Amino acid sequence: MSTFSRDMSLTGGPPKSLNPYQRLGTIIGFVGLFIIVLAGFNVTFPHKVFWLSLSLIATTAGILLFTWASYRNQPEGIKNHGVWFKSISGRGFWAWIAGLSLTGFYVVLYFFPQFLGLVAEGDHTGVIAFFDPLSRALSGNPASQWFVYGTLYTVAILAFGVKFIWKYRHNRYEKLRTLSVMFFQTAFAFLIPELMARLNSDTFSLPYYDLKNIWPLNYYNFEQYRVDSFISSGEIGLAFLIFGLISIFIITPILTYKYGKRWYCSWVCGCGGLAETAGDSFRQLSDKRLSAWKIERWVIHSVLVFVVVMTTAVVATYLGNDPDKYWLTKDIFLLGVGLVLTLVFMLIWVFKRKELQKDARYGAIGYFVILLFLLGLHYFSGSKLFLFEAETLRKSYGFLIGAIFSGVIGTGFYPIFGNRVWCRFGCPMAAILGLQQRLLSRFRITTNGGQCISCGNCSTYCEMGIDVRSYAQKGENIVRSSCVGCGICAAVCPRGVLKLENGPLKGRLDSKDILLGNDVDLMQLLNNH
Amino acid sequence: MEPIVILGNGISGITAARHIRKKSNKRIIIISAETDHFFSRTALMYIYMGHMKYEHTKPYEDSFWDKNRLELKRGFVSALQADIKTLLFSNGETLSYDKLILAVGSKSNKFGWPGQDLKGVQGLYSYQDLEKLEIHAPNNSICRRAVVVGGGLIGIELAEMLSSRNIPVTFLVRESSFWNGVLPSGESEMINRHIQKHGIDLRLSSNLREIVSDKEGKVESVIIDKTDEEIRCDFVGLTAGVTPNIDFLKNSGLDLGRGIKVNRFLETNLPDVYAIGDCAEQLEPTGNRRPIEAVWYTGRMMGETVAQTVCGNRTAYQPGHWFNSAKFFDIEYQTYGWVFSEKVKDASEIHFHWKHVDDTKCLTVATHKETGKFLGINTFGIRMRHEVMDRWLTEQRSTDYVMTHLAEANFDPEFYRTFEKQILTSYHKQFQTASL
Repeated sequence: MSTFSRDMSLTGGPPKSLNPYQRLGTIIGFVGLFIIVLAGFNVTFPHKVFWLSLSLIATTAGILLFTWASYRNQPEGIKNHGVWFKSISGRGFWAWIAGLSLTGFYVVLYFFPQFLGLVAEGDHTGVIAFFDPLSRALSGNPASQWFVYGTLYTVAILAFGVKFIWKYRHNRYEKLRTLSVMFFQTAFAFLIPELMARLNSDTFSLPYYDLKNIWPLNYYNFEQYRVDSFISSGEIGLAFLIFGLISIFIITPILTYKYGKRWYCSWVCGCGGLAETAGDSFRQLSDKRLSAWKIERWVIHSVLVFVVVMTTAVVATYLGNDPDKYWLTKDIFLLGVGLVLTLVFMLIWVFKRKELQKDARYGAIGYFVILLFLLGLHYFSGSKLFLFEAETLRKSYGFLIGAIFSGVIGTGFYPIFGNRVWCRFGCPMAAILGLQQRLLSRFRITTNGGQCISCGNCSTYCEMGIDVRSYAQKGENIVRSSCVGCGICAAVCPRGVLKLENGPLKGRLDSKDILLGNDVDLMQLLNNH
Repeated sequence: MEPIVILGNGISGITAARHIRKKSNKRIIIISAETDHFFSRTALMYIYMGHMKYEHTKPYEDSFWDKNRLELKRGFVSALQADIKTLLFSNGETLSYDKLILAVGSKSNKFGWPGQDLKGVQGLYSYQDLEKLEIHAPNNSICRRAVVVGGGLIGIELAEMLSSRNIPVTFLVRESSFWNGVLPSGESEMINRHIQKHGIDLRLSSNLREIVSDKEGKVESVIIDKTDEEIRCDFVGLTAGVTPNIDFLKNSGLDLGRGIKVNRFLETNLPDVYAIGDCAEQLEPTGNRRPIEAVWYTGRMMGETVAQTVCGNRTAYQPGHWFNSAKFFDIEYQTYGWVFSEKVKDASEIHFHWKHVDDTKCLTVATHKETGKFLGINTFGIRMRHEVMDRWLTEQRSTDYVMTHLAEANFDPEFYRTFEKQILTSYHKQFQTASL
């Protein structure tokens, strides 16, 4: 065995240090953030608008300068030199610092917002107050910790979006996709709800609604206070509520059928937006092991069951029992839920069960039977629906999944575990979209299998930890429920083996033992057995 | 029953092993002197450039081998005693086989240059080469300049690798234009310009004469033939082609040429001994293919084929239409069918060449002058769908047809600009005097 380090990470000096302009960009960016930190310590800035603008502009400018310094002299093409040598992208010292800082920020944001300046009764201070000028300019209201978060989130997607576009400027799919998430974040997640808040008054109160945030990702959309607000806000409110429902039952299934889940996960979703832009440096850190895939399947579908149970319980709690007052009573709602679950289960079982692995079939049956049993138990014997208080379910989901999994782990752990941990292991929306992508959609990644040289770039850079290479080297189309269609595998492939495309359902899941280019008879012998 | 022994754990040997296992329960032992596990040699460059780590280049998880009862043995075989069906290792061990598949790959060419064995002078083929490269050219302080000798696929990859670490590279190319023994002039010259755009000191029509040593037996400079120019350097990469790695088989009784001679069934002259991949020299090559095919996918195909034979279904190696691919810095190259360079092509082969104004995309289509039949296509910077090209070659389409339907073969990502219209216009302009 060789005495040299197998991973070559201890050698002397492949270029991983920053050039002068990259350093300058980093400094400027951190100065921008530092101003915000100072605000956190209640340093009084004389001219608030100036200092807030300066901090946000400096942060943005720092990132843009860093980008210019990184890519300016380089011809177009894949730019992954030194990814595994650099500290930030190779799980080195700076990655851990960044990870700890991000995680710390999320913990403070969700659980200790008082450190951001949140004051229970009265005006906020600290960081939150620092963002007041911008908040008032948009919605007219003082800032909250969520406004601070939303602003920083949007700035991150925009600035790192520019970086990503510059890095992949030779690839139009990547550019358009990034412009799309930048647009959806800025317009739908940030500006529209902020500006719409101006419509609110004592008599008219629309909930804060990111229209692109669809249930079950938006797990709180059908809580009582929101539904009440929708209904009491005239036609707009009702339209929003109906739009929320249409998004789930009409828009999503149709678009997922036509394009796969990428239409949402890579072109619209805010989680995906951050992952692809700010998280681009970390996509290669995804866990590639087979065992990770096995865990992923169980965890993500369990979260889906959790959110269905939780939402059903929460809605059932505030629905009335009098059909004369409103047609949708609690009983009708529960009956509907039971019917929908049964219908989906039956359709998949009858038409697609052959495509499910054995453990998936057992899991599906198990969850289905338990859910129906609990529904039936409540209906006939009056026991608590799903055995827990709806409020307990709601609170624990919000804490465990909404805050910890999605926020703290999902984003805080970018530099260590990769940029799509939430998407891959936790997002219930991803579970539903993925199920449809796998069973009933026109999307696939086609492979020019004969040309594959098994280099492994595709698998290394797949942010979802899919072993793309194993499909490519078999000439097999990649149809995986976790594939978000980011297109990076196709971009980094040095031989043009992969192509994301939509096509006819027939023959989508093909498998070839012998690839194109070999003996035609041998191909027929082994591929059609 | 003695085992099936496969010597070499590259793509050829491993593919043979996998397919034998799919078809049988025979005991299979895979021997390698290079690494414990199969890794993709094509990815060595990406390890050095920091795109991947070594573990990423392994196509199969380490648990794969036990799971499939494929025994792996690390060792160097020094001789083959075919009369007693035994392999002799350098440490004295022996191993008996029932059937032997030789998949020992290539070694870098050395053409007798003075100084070719100095420290800091090496080829780029094996994992050990990568380790040596990391010692002698880890950065641009230890390696102030590197010289790459030999303008081919490995040479241009080595140049890319070194320049990724900001090491200045002088690229000595014997030919008057890069790889113009294979590429027609339009694309060969485009690649020349692309190489220079990446800051490489490209020296065409330049031959290496001598590698000069310093006082400690390490390279200090190279001298170019005819001009006598001396270029100071700390590393020399010898990338002037590869040759089958068969020195250890000299006294084995095997029929050897440059490689191990095999018939259409990949059988050697010795019973129960086969040879596949880079090391095999076909007595009856198919069509225009060369006797020695040192290409990734032909090794894989030979592995697939010989596995059938070894398991009782004697099958001839019958490759279909020629295809290949490569990447020259940022420009991807694919070829389907046969397109020969002007240097070597037949008079009956005429070329249509198109290049985009941005000088990063071009293609050449070869046509039979009399019949108008589509012979092959080289494409640079535009991805093509293998299945479609292969079908058109099988259907023996005319180039007119191919040019008109070129959009069907496009394999670029969605939303990419397409060029089929301007290519077709250019094609018609070029051949408008030809009657249909």
